[in-house]
Amino acid sequence: MLRLIVGRLVGGVAVLAAVATIAFFLLHAAPGGPFDGERRLQPSVQRNIEDRYHLNDPLWRQYTTYMRGLAHGDLGYSMKRPESVGAIIKRHFPYSLILGALAIGFAALFGTAMGVVAAARRNSWLDHGVMAIAMIGISVPALVLGPLAIRYLALGLGWLPAARVDQAAGYVAPSVILGLIYAGTIARLARTGMIETLDADFIRTARAKGASERAVVWRHALRLGVVPVVSYLGPATAGLVSGSFVVEKIFQIPGLGFYFIDSVASRDYPVLTGMLVFYVGLLIALNLVVDVAYGWLDPRVRARASGAP
Amino acid sequence: MTPRGPARDAWRRLRANRGATACLVGFAVIVVACAVGPVVCGWFGLDATRLDLELLAAAPSPAHPLGTDNLGRDLLVRVLVGGRIAIAMGLFATAVALVIGVTWGATAAYLGGRVDDVMMRVVDTLYGFPIIPFVVVVRAVFDTRSLVSLFLLIGSISWLTMARIVRGQVLSLRHREFVEAARALGASRGRILWRHIIPNTAGPVVVYATVLVPQTMLIETFMSFIGLGVQAPLASWGTLVTEGSTQVAVSPWVLAGPAVAMGATIFALNFLGDGLRDALDPRGAR
Repeated sequence: MLRLIVGRLVGGVAVLAAVATIAFFLLHAAPGGPFDGERRLQPSVQRNIEDRYHLNDPLWRQYTTYMRGLAHGDLGYSMKRPESVGAIIKRHFPYSLILGALAIGFAALFGTAMGVVAAARRNSWLDHGVMAIAMIGISVPALVLGPLAIRYLALGLGWLPAARVDQAAGYVAPSVILGLIYAGTIARLARTGMIETLDADFIRTARAKGASERAVVWRHALRLGVVPVVSYLGPATAGLVSGSFVVEKIFQIPGLGFYFIDSVASRDYPVLTGMLVFYVGLLIALNLVVDVAYGWLDPRVRARASGAP
Repeated sequence: MTPRGPARDAWRRLRANRGATACLVGFAVIVVACAVGPVVCGWFGLDATRLDLELLAAAPSPAHPLGTDNLGRDLLVRVLVGGRIAIAMGLFATAVALVIGVTWGATAAYLGGRVDDVMMRVVDTLYGFPIIPFVVVVRAVFDTRSLVSLFLLIGSISWLTMARIVRGQVLSLRHREFVEAARALGASRGRILWRHIIPNTAGPVVVYATVLVPQTMLIETFMSFIGLGVQAPLASWGTLVTEGSTQVAVSPWVLAGPAVAMGATIFALNFLGDGLRDALDPRGAR
């Protein structure tokens, strides 16, 4: 297990370094200098700015400065606002974190429940109904559902607040809509995993010893049946990042995604690359957690990782 | 009499699945409607660029069955024209993903050993990677707006699962008798892989390609939403939905038309994919 963690950690740092390198060269390739404005700056001002951003250093020097800064957690400075990318992330990320955690939590719980219920009642009307809901969740993008929820649930019926993050109710619609596509996918994975597990020998044994159907499904089968779900959580979280761009924009949540889209529109390249590096680091960390959880759930993975046959 | 091969059996099973058949027909209808619909609408005086200045953002009416947008353009024609780009984008991006994924997965499985380890490690790493933000940054920095670069880009980030599926298939096929036979006849490694093994992976590949089309359409929608996708004079379902999403409070039909068209297409393809999987794998988990 430890070997697995250390291996993944080393790999993660390598990927992060590669992405940072790409980010640096993207930044370098971006059209126009950061201070090309309508008016020409005074030469002394220009020189001060260029010194501050190390623009007169040779390229390799800029690269090492950039990488050294990154190693100390410095993600660079915005071109449009007088603040660092780190400060921007610190201010906006908490909203995204709450939204993302709620969305993935909703997707995992609701999706798994749907999948397990469908598998336990295989080929019944309940199964078909639940899976149809999952399919709709996969097929209708947040870009459609979000505005509809605001129009009808918030403005029409007044059940939920529109575009509020100062109260818990404001998170309900965004996190459900953000999580829905993953809930649908998870339901399908959980159903397949549970059906396979319910056909396994140890389940027959559990039934033979007289365990109730509920105990068989929820206690014996669930743990192995949700293994495909757990391995999907990594890619799901990666997808959640881009999903959050849309949902935060629609619901006007001042999270990182909202800011990211703004930076695309205003061509604030250092913010884009800085956030990209941050996202990559975040996902590497999350994937490590998922890997560990995976090993904990499925003893076979644990055994393989520790070198046993 | 046509001979009864496995493909024909699968087709028969698909036809027996009423839901999947309906989805196949539905998708075909949408494709035909998008292809010839704008021309037919032209006969009735509706076209995509004509501005009806008397009816700006007007609700559906006999003159404009899906209403008009805030510039007075007929939404029915715009939805049909937008469907052309959306569906073409989905198909082309899927084709790109198909080529990369099949080549990657088959090569990894066939060469095996360390090559396989490294190639699949790349796939594993990319799985948990925020690939879409990455593409967004690249596209923003290079400021490319062309349609070709868009579907190439979408295709080049959508091949991971395809590679895994093909690898699994090739691994299970490469020691089968017909491969031995080809080798005994002196076929080269490349010929065995491309002429004997890969054609036999067609079933799962077709199934996955079917569900990949809607996925790539959703990525196109996303890119259009953040302004890096299909650009203004052209329209796709992505741009139309984006437009509609900003006007939903006052004129919900601007969203409704393209949203229903896109949702129905995506639903049909996903459902068809499930039907195809069951048809091609009768022993599947049902």
